[in-house]
Amino acid sequence: MEKELREYTVLTHAEYEEGIKEGKLLGLRCASCERITCHPMPVCQWCGGRSLERTELSGEGELTTFTVIRVPPEGFEDDVPYIPCLVKTKEGPCVVGRLDYDAERASQVLISKQVKMSGAYTHKGDKFSGGTHTCPVFVVVE
Amino acid sequence: MRDVAIIGIGHTKFGRATKMSHELFSDATLQAMDDAGVGLKDIEALFQGAALPGFEEGQVMPAAFSAADLNLGPIPATRCEGACASASVAIRDAAMWVGAGEYDMVIAGGVEKALSMGTSYASRTFAMACHAPTEGPVGLTFPGVFAMAARLYSRNYDIPLDTLREKMASVSVKNHRHGALNPLAQFYKKLGDLKVEDVINSKFVADPITLLDCCPFSDGASALVLCAAEKARKYTDEPIYILGMGQGSGGPLSKMEDLTKPVSRISSAKTAFKQAGLSPEDIDMLEVHDCFTIAELIALESMGFFNWGEAADATADGQTEIGGKIPVNMSGGLIGKGHPIGATGASQVYWVVKQMRGEAPEGNQIDPVPEYGMTDTLGGDFGTLCHIILGRSKRKK
Ligand SMILES: [Zn+2]
Repeated sequence: MEKELREYTVLTHAEYEEGIKEGKLLGLRCASCERITCHPMPVCQWCGGRSLERTELSGEGELTTFTVIRVPPEGFEDDVPYIPCLVKTKEGPCVVGRLDYDAERASQVLISKQVKMSGAYTHKGDKFSGGTHTCPVFVVVE
Repeated sequence: MRDVAIIGIGHTKFGRATKMSHELFSDATLQAMDDAGVGLKDIEALFQGAALPGFEEGQVMPAAFSAADLNLGPIPATRCEGACASASVAIRDAAMWVGAGEYDMVIAGGVEKALSMGTSYASRTFAMACHAPTEGPVGLTFPGVFAMAARLYSRNYDIPLDTLREKMASVSVKNHRHGALNPLAQFYKKLGDLKVEDVINSKFVADPITLLDCCPFSDGASALVLCAAEKARKYTDEPIYILGMGQGSGGPLSKMEDLTKPVSRISSAKTAFKQAGLSPEDIDMLEVHDCFTIAELIALESMGFFNWGEAADATADGQTEIGGKIPVNMSGGLIGKGHPIGATGASQVYWVVKQMRGEAPEGNQIDPVPEYGMTDTLGGDFGTLCHIILGRSKRKK
């Protein structure tokens, strides 16, 4: 019976989001390849390994790319303009989040800048989103 | 696998429709059946691409109701969903079933009523094809994803962003030039003499993507009659053969190695070429998924038609126009023709078939008629990719 009820999630998405709210970027270390998976998955994002252990990332990384949203989806009207970004963490995996930066000054020179996680953004959600969800917020390290 | 042929094609006017989705799909299907000269009794199964019917008209299970609307009887009717690639997924699945010998004749196509949703709600529902857990709270949109890809493209290939924006704009100029000549296009007789400056100076949707870098929201449907190739000549003198197909899956943006080199697309295109026994040099025309100008450039490189980082220059040089290396999106593409997302893959096939029959609108027809054509359809932020290679003669064994 125990075998049939086995679950494979070492770090749930809810726990990952809770971590972000507490200022921690949580991930998983793979026993097979020693690389880090973040956001969490049931298997290693690099090698598919199944032996995973919780770990905390530094929250530091490099800005891969970004944009400034001017035309938002329904529910994000109050945020405009805002900056979604893709960050390659020091530990390896990439993370999608928001960049805390003056949208009118955001230009191509930001790409490849060092960034660090500075907080969390929680969207109120809507009737489609299954509740609220949280993403990391990054700032440029000057 | 048996060879599979397309013997009939249908396509509604793209743009704003007053008819409901099931009516649009039935219009396209009956056109296709009339084109093929087949009757309701000949159809053994239906495969319908539809991305967001629940949000548009409160309708799930639309395929069954489409079969009912066409009085096709209790045949299997399946909705296929791969966001903007839904119709191509439907066509591929349909062709597999016919190829496997389960059916001799089926309908495959797609439908969408996205324009009727309005920009705010449509943007919300389209964004559902982003990864909801991680990209949802960020407020990412599809223009946003491709804006991020454009910035990365600029960085990767050391093309100043302003220069890249001009080259991206040339995609919109080209596709609108041809969309304006296409009577079924959303922008028929409109924006045909668009200038690069117009695209650059239109308002930002997501920097550096402007409104004129984007395809529109659209309503419309397109459908095909697929038939076992060995029986196709009973119905038409000009069957168009499906020579190769591919499908690939991606994942959340954060798990992609490089936004400008989507593995899902590279893998899907390779599968299609391998199945067809052809390579990019053999292909005479393309209908690719230009949801945004930058998307066309990334598509052409990922499919192997240009080296990495070279599609921008090639497009600005006219290499993707009639008379160039390879004509791309002579229908107007998604940008000029419109993008009813669940229907787009079928529409792309429709326009390849039109080209092969020599029936494309004046100014869009490639001369001599193409022997081999290929479609490329993208769903989500590289989440679902589909490729279909078509030919005027059967696969060489
Ligand atoms: Zn591993």
